This record gives sequence, C-alpha cells and structure tokens, in this order.
Amino acid sequence: MTPVDIRNVILEILSDISPDTDLSNLDDAVPFREQMELDSMDFLDIVMELKKRYRVSIPEEDYKELASMSSTVAFLSQKMVNVGV
Amino acid sequence: MYDTIIIGAGMSGLAAGIRLAHFDQKVCILERHYTIGGLNSFYRLNGRDYDVGLHAVTNFTEKGATRGPLAKILRQLRFKWEEFALAPQRGSRIAFPGVNLRFNNNIDLLRSEIRAAFPSEIDAFERLLTQIGDYDDLDQDLFVESTRQRLAQIFREPLLVEMLLCPLMWYGNAREHDMDWGQFSIMFRSIFLEGFARPFKGVRLILKNLVKRYRSLGGELLLRHGVKRIVTDGDRAVGVELDDGKMLVGKRILSSAGCVETIRLCDNLTEPDPRQAGQMSFIESISVLNCQPEQVGNSETIVFYNDHSEFDWRRPEQELCDVRTGVICSPNNYQYADDNQLSEGFIRITSIADFDRWNSLNSDDYARAKWLWYDRSIESSVRFVNEFRHRVIGSDLFTPKTIQRFTFHDNGAIYGAPDKKLDGTTHLKNVFLCGTDQGYVGIIGAIMSGISMANMHCLRI
Repeated sequence: MTPVDIRNVILEILSDISPDTDLSNLDDAVPFREQMELDSMDFLDIVMELKKRYRVSIPEEDYKELASMSSTVAFLSQKMVNVGV
Repeated sequence: MYDTIIIGAGMSGLAAGIRLAHFDQKVCILERHYTIGGLNSFYRLNGRDYDVGLHAVTNFTEKGATRGPLAKILRQLRFKWEEFALAPQRGSRIAFPGVNLRFNNNIDLLRSEIRAAFPSEIDAFERLLTQIGDYDDLDQDLFVESTRQRLAQIFREPLLVEMLLCPLMWYGNAREHDMDWGQFSIMFRSIFLEGFARPFKGVRLILKNLVKRYRSLGGELLLRHGVKRIVTDGDRAVGVELDDGKMLVGKRILSSAGCVETIRLCDNLTEPDPRQAGQMSFIESISVLNCQPEQVGNSETIVFYNDHSEFDWRRPEQELCDVRTGVICSPNNYQYADDNQLSEGFIRITSIADFDRWNSLNSDDYARAKWLWYDRSIESSVRFVNEFRHRVIGSDLFTPKTIQRFTFHDNGAIYGAPDKKLDGTTHLKNVFLCGTDQGYVGIIGAIMSGISMANMHCLRI
C-alpha cells in the first residue's frame, strides 16, 4: 500500500467509528484526539480494525505512533508495504 | 469451542456480544428467560406494551456531541445517533415538603431553582459542580468515598443535600443510606448535566437494535438456556453446563448474572462468598389512563418525591413497602418527533420494597398485597402530582419477586451489590463480570459496562 492508500484506509476506519463526524476538514498534522476527541477506547478500535481488515498487528508500545494522521501514515507505510489494497 | 461465552442477554451482555462478534470472535449469549433485556425488559399484557426498568434513558446528548457516554457507546457499537431515536424530556422535579426543585436537560434550570429556594447555597452548588467535573472515573479509591460526608462539607442546608441525593439514589444507588462518591458523580453527570430521554417505542427499540446487530455479525443467542454451573479446572473456567445438562466449552466467560450469583455458579467454591447481594428493590405500579396525563394536569416527565425532610434510602423495616418516597414517571411526557404521542396515558410509580417479605407471602396474600400496595403507592403520590385515579382504565404492578423471577438477580436487587467490582475480575483468571455489579447502572451504563469489559478482558489478547 502507498501512503495515499493507507490514508484512505484510516479515513474509512475513522468514518466507521465516528459516522457523525465530518472528516473533510481533518488536519493531518494535528492529533486526532484534539480534532475528534478520540479516547483510548477509540484508539484500541483503530488498532483492532487494522488487525481485522489487513491482519496488521500493532503492539501496545506503538499505539503512540497513531496520534495524528501524518504520524499514522508514516508508521504504517513501513508495516503495510506488502499489504495489497 | 467459543472464544467467549456471555451469560445474560441484557443490555451489557448484548453490547459485549456486538463488540466481540464485530472483531470476529465466536460468541454465544446464554439467557435463561424466554426473552431478552434482563433488568431492562418489556412485556405485553392485555394488548398493551409495558416497559420494565426504563423510565428514562439518562446521559442524553444531542446529535453530533463528541463527548459523554452516549457518544462513546454509539461509536463503539457503530450505531448512528438516529438509531436510538431518543426524544428529550419535557422537564422533571424533585418534590419535598414545601420545596420543589425543577430540572431539565439544561443545568441552568436547576441552578436557578437552587438560587431561588436556597439563595445562600448557590456558591456551594457551583463548588459541587467543579468537584463533579474533576472526578476521575478510573480512580477506585475516590470511587468508594462517602458522598454524605463530602456533601456535608460543601453545603450548610441539610434539606438541599437530601433533595440532591433523592433522584441520584433513586436512579442508581445499590448502597443503603449513603452513596459512593464515584457513583454519585457519574449519576450527577448522567442526570443533571446530560439528561433524560426516551425512544418513542420504549426500551424494546434499543434492545431490538442491539439483537439485530449482534445476529448480523454472526453472534449466537440462545434463549431459555440457563447456566447451571461454570465448570472449572484449577484457576480457570473451561466452560458451562446448561440447565438441561448440555456442556459448552469456551476460552473465557463474561457474566452479567451478578457478582454473588456468578461466583455461586462456579463448581470449585465451597465457601460462600461473604459479599452480600444488594438489598434495594422496588414495586412499580403502572396505571393506564383514558387520556394524556397532561389533560389531568400532569405534564412533567419524572417527579421524585419524598414526604419528609430526610431522605431514607433503606430497605423497609416494618412493612412490605415504603411509600414515603417514590418516583412518578409518564412515558407520554417526552418531546417526541413530529408530535408523535402514545395513544394512551401511562403513569408509573416506583416505591421501595423488601424482597424477603414479598417472597414469604403465600399466593393469596401476595395477590392481595399487590392491590393494597398499588392503592397505597398512588395515594402517596397524588400529594405531589394531580389526582388521576378517576381516569384509570388499566393497571399492573410488579414486585421484587417478579424481578427476581425474571432476572434471577438475588433479592430482585435492581442496582446490584453495594460493593462494585470495577475491574470486572473474579477468582477465576478467565471469568469476568459485566453489568450491574461491575459498576455502571442505567441503560447507557449497562451498555458501557459490556463494551468496556469486552475491550479490557476479551479483545486485548
């Protein structure tokens, strides 16, 4: 997957988790927590959805990499390089 | 082999089931009763639909809210706000002799009522709001602190303390007389800072949505399948034996049966658990009117009344019931969309009751007692709302015995045991609690309990 694909995957997961939130103005550099008020339960969900959909497992010590869209895409670009779209 | 076996198809078990099935677990929910819902169920009698439990869904927030328990459970279960179809309350009241405090889903009404009735206490009330805002849900030591001691330090008017405690104890306090500070803070937010709402179709709408979703994810639900015992091997459970003798094996068990009730199911315990099940149970009289309640001057959603200046939140010591305090609720009195309205009027009155006394009556005395206490609870309530008895065309009454018979909770205890098990763990490494004894009460609380215990103990593996 390319960084663009990964960004779309994350957007899809976010819109499933939070269908009432408008994601069109999401700022990639700003933490999700500040823009969407995601809490630890929601971060667990992002991790679980990635595991469910793409069999990517993210250990607990790496959860911090998922703080914002840009950090998430940077982190997952390495982990998901061999994952098909 | 199931990944998780869930005991009980109430709000918490169904919510946990959805989470686990969504993440591809093989899940089975076992329910002894012939229908779903547990402490928040519904029934049909003489062609009418009745709700059990639900007066109001608490924690109401408007569509689009990102904070608060309602928003959180919608996200976790992937529901849209519209699917719960919540209509906000009209307005409610705490009624004590000579003093009334009205409140609705905006804290400013309660604030102005307190300013008018207790002008010297308004600053203290603001301090209370700050303390409630600062309360950290995850702090177990803070959770069990005495609310009465806290409030005595904040307020000088004992009557105001009793009036604030009344609705919060009524809607979620398993402990007699005092209340855990954590429970108080959670209830305060859910009732005064968020608020009451109800789906037009009542609790069945929420339950049906939960079941539909659970089944669509491949979850199994077995009604009329009670668990006789939890089969153990050393410090772990290996599965359950059903009432009919059938065995199911599972990697872990999540039980909403209650703390004492779950431990009693385990086949490796000979010592009885010293913790006591809860004692607070209720009767509820339901009157069907041939008009809307507002036509006889009762347009409020919920009235919490108490006929003397102290609020005695205790099991009755002398009689079957204590009707000096009660809750009067009209499911008609919500702001339903498109001016929808229930075709008949309903007034439900809840009073404190003693399980042991109700349970010891023979069937004739039991039937007589039901009608006696139906009359007494209404007689008591019409001191605080307008007379409606001339409009009654149908009625029913359920007792602690009814609640015990259908929910299998000891003593028919509505809010479970006084000592909550916030982390949901038991003496067995793979058996966990959810529901009323884990800590959260009410519909939203029960759903949250199922979600958080599923996340904490069944998904992070």
